[in-house]
Amino acid sequence: MSENMLPELPRRAFLKAGGTLVVGFAIAPSAFAQNPGQLTGANDGPAQPSADQLDTWIAIHADNTATIIHGHHELGQGISTTLLMIAAEELDMDMSQVQGMPLETGKSPNQGLTAASAGIARGGVRVRLAAADARQALLNLASTRLGAPVDRLTVSKGVVSIVGTPGKSATYGELLGDKRFNVPFTGRAPIKDYRKHTIVGTRVPRRDVPAKAAGKYAYLQHIKVPGMLHGRIVRPRGQGSFLHGAKVMSVDASSISSIPGARVLRRGDFLGVVAPNEWDAVKAAQQLRVTWDMPAILPATPQALYDQMRAAKTVDRFVLDRGDCTAAFARAAYVASGRYDAPYQLHGPFAPNCAVADVKRDSALVYSSRQTIYGTRQVVCGVTGLPPEKVVVRFYETSPSYGRGCQEDCAMAAAVMSQEAGAPVRLQFMRWDEHGWDHYQQAHTADVKIGCDASGRIVAYEYHGWQHNFTSGDTTEIMIGTKKPGEGDGIRAQGPTLFNTGDQYTIANWRIVNHRVPGMNGYFKAAPLRSPMDIALSFAGEQTMDEVAFKASIDPYQFRRQNINGERWLGVLDAVARASRWSPRRASFISQTGRIRTGRGIALGTHLSSYGAAVAEIEVDTETGVVIAKRMFGSIDPGQVINPGVVEHQIESQMCVAASRMLKEEVTFSTTNVTSLDWGTYQPLRFGEAPDVTAVVVDRPNVPSSGAGEEALAAGAAAIANAFFDATGVRMHVFPLTPKRVLAALQTAPA
Amino acid sequence: MATRLTVNQRTQDVEAAPDTPLLYVLINDLSLQGPRFGCGLAQCGACSVLVDGVETRSCVTPLSRVEGKSITTLEGLPAWYAQQQKLAAVPELHPIQQAVIDEQALQCGYCYNGQMVKAAELLSKNQQPTDAEIRTAMNGHICRCGTYPRLMKAIKRAGLAMVGGAR
Repeated sequence: MSENMLPELPRRAFLKAGGTLVVGFAIAPSAFAQNPGQLTGANDGPAQPSADQLDTWIAIHADNTATIIHGHHELGQGISTTLLMIAAEELDMDMSQVQGMPLETGKSPNQGLTAASAGIARGGVRVRLAAADARQALLNLASTRLGAPVDRLTVSKGVVSIVGTPGKSATYGELLGDKRFNVPFTGRAPIKDYRKHTIVGTRVPRRDVPAKAAGKYAYLQHIKVPGMLHGRIVRPRGQGSFLHGAKVMSVDASSISSIPGARVLRRGDFLGVVAPNEWDAVKAAQQLRVTWDMPAILPATPQALYDQMRAAKTVDRFVLDRGDCTAAFARAAYVASGRYDAPYQLHGPFAPNCAVADVKRDSALVYSSRQTIYGTRQVVCGVTGLPPEKVVVRFYETSPSYGRGCQEDCAMAAAVMSQEAGAPVRLQFMRWDEHGWDHYQQAHTADVKIGCDASGRIVAYEYHGWQHNFTSGDTTEIMIGTKKPGEGDGIRAQGPTLFNTGDQYTIANWRIVNHRVPGMNGYFKAAPLRSPMDIALSFAGEQTMDEVAFKASIDPYQFRRQNINGERWLGVLDAVARASRWSPRRASFISQTGRIRTGRGIALGTHLSSYGAAVAEIEVDTETGVVIAKRMFGSIDPGQVINPGVVEHQIESQMCVAASRMLKEEVTFSTTNVTSLDWGTYQPLRFGEAPDVTAVVVDRPNVPSSGAGEEALAAGAAAIANAFFDATGVRMHVFPLTPKRVLAALQTAPA
Repeated sequence: MATRLTVNQRTQDVEAAPDTPLLYVLINDLSLQGPRFGCGLAQCGACSVLVDGVETRSCVTPLSRVEGKSITTLEGLPAWYAQQQKLAAVPELHPIQQAVIDEQALQCGYCYNGQMVKAAELLSKNQQPTDAEIRTAMNGHICRCGTYPRLMKAIKRAGLAMVGGAR
């Protein structure tokens, strides 16, 4: 998710507006400029199809069908259907005439990471332009064959005919059937007017669902290769401080000698076991006696962690400093301020990672579920020493990490184990491997201050955020010694951004300061997790926004409405207010006395693009401290919607995940290591606690698509926090809102 | 050592240590794709199968405990349903599978082995469960994609189809 480009949105206007603006992320050229130069470039690495040839992207078959050869990875988000919709639309073919192709290095184009909700926003642009180019090339062929100029030709279901001349036609299959286009990908062919779309914007059923429901879908976990051994990694249960890592003091191979065929594999500090039988491999990994060097250098409690971050020698940087906050706060009629803390959270894919590697002396074949085949090839080359042209990576789906989980680590580990074993290895991470050795969403702590005038107009917004960066170097490569632990470069989604800390509102005096904590020593591995940082940012910013509204005696929806920054934020805000039948009132805690308190909350949020809003209706049990999100309303404006059914599903999913992360999920640790190693110690949202969800899609078919995979998540989480105040009159300053924390907060609150 | 197993109405002998969790036998010896590894701790439901009609976590169930019992995996749900309902022919899909498709309920779908096996067990006893009954029955099955709301709809839809089909 760190690769997000910024599409053309109104917010770009204020970037130009200046002030002492130090913008911490590169403003990439618009992906929608349709400049063919931008469509190639990055793809011209070794052993991959040339992105500037049309044949790389589309093949037309004699039976008048087409194969769309894209580089985006199905993760359950429906991309394998929605990209085909875009292609069929531009080609004037029926959905039944188009198909995708499995992803494999050397065959699939390199479209980078399928991440940052950019599958449609960026990947879709290329597929659309390629399909338009293909249509144009086919029309040129048809023009010659039918003896009519291109501008007199029309296409339906892949059949080209002459306008007003029935009976004379040619199918795409007849024109090109299984031959190459042999033309460059120009990206210059005319694109269909959105008002003529018949496929884009409709609820086409997803291609992957029937096989998944029937139990016939091949997940990565189902891959078997002849002669393969079953592998398990052996690591301490739960990572420790990132810089120190885990170092092997001693290994007693005799401790598994009773298990038939089990072998210890070691390279540096990397340890694994293999056995012909899977259960034997599981037992061997549990039974192997290893002494690890794991120093007790982590903070003792979450509170100590946040304090450690605040006390660190930070690198401070203005993300934005507009106007004069100090003077504006002095003039403000109402000011709300507070400290907010956010925990490390886990990717925790439902399926622990798996990879199958067959590494030979001069070649390798790796099956991986990491959402970049070429990126995976690169790291496999790094650990095996093989050149890219000798390594093939095939993608198979598993349950997604929604970010950078352990997929890469698992692929590297499988390759190392296969190389050491001299045989193909199927490596399955155990639940504790996945929970314990993830790159987590990093912890965050914030000081927020917002002021408004007597009429409720925001006059100043100040946000200070502390967190460390994403880390670099993955566990396997660090353990074998080919990479050193390091930190990311600090751009994008690694601290407060103006997009999720104020862009929703019109703010004259606005300061955002990023206090970057050195994150190597006494912290954990970190990487993007769905809507990176945004839940923490919204939890702090949107609660403070509610508090200042409360002080000004204005309903939180009305307060947001009167300070809104533009029609797109207004569109999603109004959408959730309407859906939830929001009517302005004072906070409801004032009139509640019983054991079960109810509350509602509203919030805005996004990631780096699109617009998200949410309303949450919750129940708080004041005796047990249990908070349940009963009902949630979520809205996203992602620009042009390709498939409203898929976007609605994304919104529903984000509301459930928002409840999970706001109410339940937290990485726990001792002074030596992570201790939340299964679903008992790291609690996810369960069916019984899931909200009823109403999803509202705001479609803007004339605006480029900007992604819908994560943009309502932060709004949903903050809406729950605001609902808690509405129910109880108490502000929660740290999440998740676990029963223990809730009871403690309610006890300290004034009666 | 051979253990005689009856899986999806077919009886066969498998060579595996009696302490081997059933899951590994179903995956590796019988090459089934329904039951799958999720936690190995009976916490998530990825590995669920029916043992004599009762939803069971195959990741913690030793082979020795299921000898002589009737095991049904996701692959066998349509035939199990046909047997229960005394249908003349085995449908291609169990009603819950069809409802999952009709509601476009799943995303990655990895947890849906257990979700559908558990829902089939629930629906075999109660074809018109309330929201509360569904939540209680399904609470042991985690979904990390957050598809619970659609799964709720799918279970109700399947129940309605079963009631309609029985008449």
